[in-house]
Amino acid sequence: MKAWLSGLINGRSAVIGIPYVWLLVFFLFPFLIVMKISVSEMDGVVFKDLVSVTDDAISLTLKFSNYIFITQDDLYFTTYLSSIKYAAVTTALCLILGYPFAYFMARAKPTVQPALLMLVMLPFWTSFLLRVYAWKGLLSENGWVYDAITGIGLDQWLAAGGLISSPGQLMNSPFSLVLGMTYTYLPFMILPLYSNLSKMDLRLLEAATDLGATPFVAFWTITVPLSKAGIIAGSMLVLIPCVGEFVIPELLGGPQTLMIGRVLWDEFFSNNDWPMASTVAVVMVLLILVPLAIFNKYQAEANEVRQ
Amino acid sequence: MKGSAFNRWFGAGWMTMGFVFLYLPILALVVFSFNDSPVPNLWRGFTLKWYSALAADDEMISAFMLSMKVAFFTACASLVLGTLAAFALVKYSRFSGRTLFSGMVNAPLVMPEVIVGLSLLLMLVSVQRALGFPERGSLTIWMGHLLLGMAYATVVIQARLKELNPQLEEAAMDLGARPWQVFTLVTLPMISQSLMSAWLLTFTLSLDDVVLSAFLSGPGSTTLPLVIFSRARLGLNPTVNAVATMIVVVVAIGVVLASYFIARAERNRTLEIAQANRA
Repeated sequence: MKAWLSGLINGRSAVIGIPYVWLLVFFLFPFLIVMKISVSEMDGVVFKDLVSVTDDAISLTLKFSNYIFITQDDLYFTTYLSSIKYAAVTTALCLILGYPFAYFMARAKPTVQPALLMLVMLPFWTSFLLRVYAWKGLLSENGWVYDAITGIGLDQWLAAGGLISSPGQLMNSPFSLVLGMTYTYLPFMILPLYSNLSKMDLRLLEAATDLGATPFVAFWTITVPLSKAGIIAGSMLVLIPCVGEFVIPELLGGPQTLMIGRVLWDEFFSNNDWPMASTVAVVMVLLILVPLAIFNKYQAEANEVRQ
Repeated sequence: MKGSAFNRWFGAGWMTMGFVFLYLPILALVVFSFNDSPVPNLWRGFTLKWYSALAADDEMISAFMLSMKVAFFTACASLVLGTLAAFALVKYSRFSGRTLFSGMVNAPLVMPEVIVGLSLLLMLVSVQRALGFPERGSLTIWMGHLLLGMAYATVVIQARLKELNPQLEEAAMDLGARPWQVFTLVTLPMISQSLMSAWLLTFTLSLDDVVLSAFLSGPGSTTLPLVIFSRARLGLNPTVNAVATMIVVVVAIGVVLASYFIARAERNRTLEIAQANRA
């Protein structure tokens, strides 16, 4: 009994300790370093230490000029704003497309549901990079989607709405960017919604109908509020990564669509300005902090073991 | 409540459109990998020349080998760390710093990859300055992928662990099994399907990652997505379609086979339980 107990205690500390330490070292600690470097000064190609010892005096140098620069420079401000705008539009589109999809999936015959779920998951398993690249072919001249859109004259409307620069020019526009992001993140919206909607107690809808509610009223006052957790989880799964997305704007967005992930990339890889890249990253984290907290709260609640 | 006819048709139509949207790009990738034309997205006739070009493409092949290696070790290590983290979260509802722990497990799922990549790289550079290692290369790419893979593995395993009936483990303990025996003989077989999906998922995640690899790779350690990305940036490239087709085929076969075996194992298990109950 005693050996069993001590084995359990040791097991417990290993089970908790190993992943905990790993995450502290590889997730939290690196971010503290980013915060440190964002206030460091560059000395040629390397960044200086914050604390230096000169003439027997310890001096601490904090350089906040990057932060001041970011708040005063219009380009950064506009880019942050447009990243949030594109991410929000993508989230809304994913919700509009994904909610009915998940709803009908959850109400399909129980025998076909596993197959439908599998069909939603399959694109998710095949390379995301290649699927984004595929849109480049579809939206360029001669592409299938290009032909369909210009064939029915939809490009005139898109151009009128300012989503593409001129009719017949679908690529490298806000339109192609949002389309690519919606396409990529749609399964992230469908899956939490489906798992939420498929657990719903359908007798509640029967009760509502018995009490005289029309199907629409029953849907709006019962189904939607009950699926709130799924809506929030799905929206956060789309919104947060979209704000900092890099690959999709780089492949589909063209130079006109401003996204903060690309600014960070360029500061780091092209300008070699590590403190500035770090500052951009810290400000980005501050922007997504509230959505991140909401996501964590719902994720923790969803994972709570039913006692 | 029976749905009205309109509802059924609307639902079927909406889902069909949704699936067309999801699968059209994949279909286009496959079709145009066989396209014999100087214009990459205009069909001119059937050819296999992009595949033979691929077979002679040393850059692509060595990148593929490196990616497979990194993905394999990422998937294995993610499984270990993910199982531990899932256990910690499901079995121990109270320990100090649990909120921070679950936050750190979940955050990589949504955290923009440019932030994760930048911070990991800056840490590794600082460590390298102090200790002289690690050099940027496949090891550092693996570390980055592992962070992401662990988060996904934890979610998948955790979902399965919390539906398990704790009485089975308690019964084994009452019958004298040691904690380690309980884990290997009772818990592990019951979560084996989720371990399999977690392994496959983290393997494909690692095989697909661009941003973390770009930050963490060094000279001479180029992964497959980095090669594909650098070519895709320049424009349409039929060899990329050929790679895509091969990946799509392999993944589709792998996932279909895996889910077939998972479904069969599940059926056998329910059958066994039913028989045991009858006996």
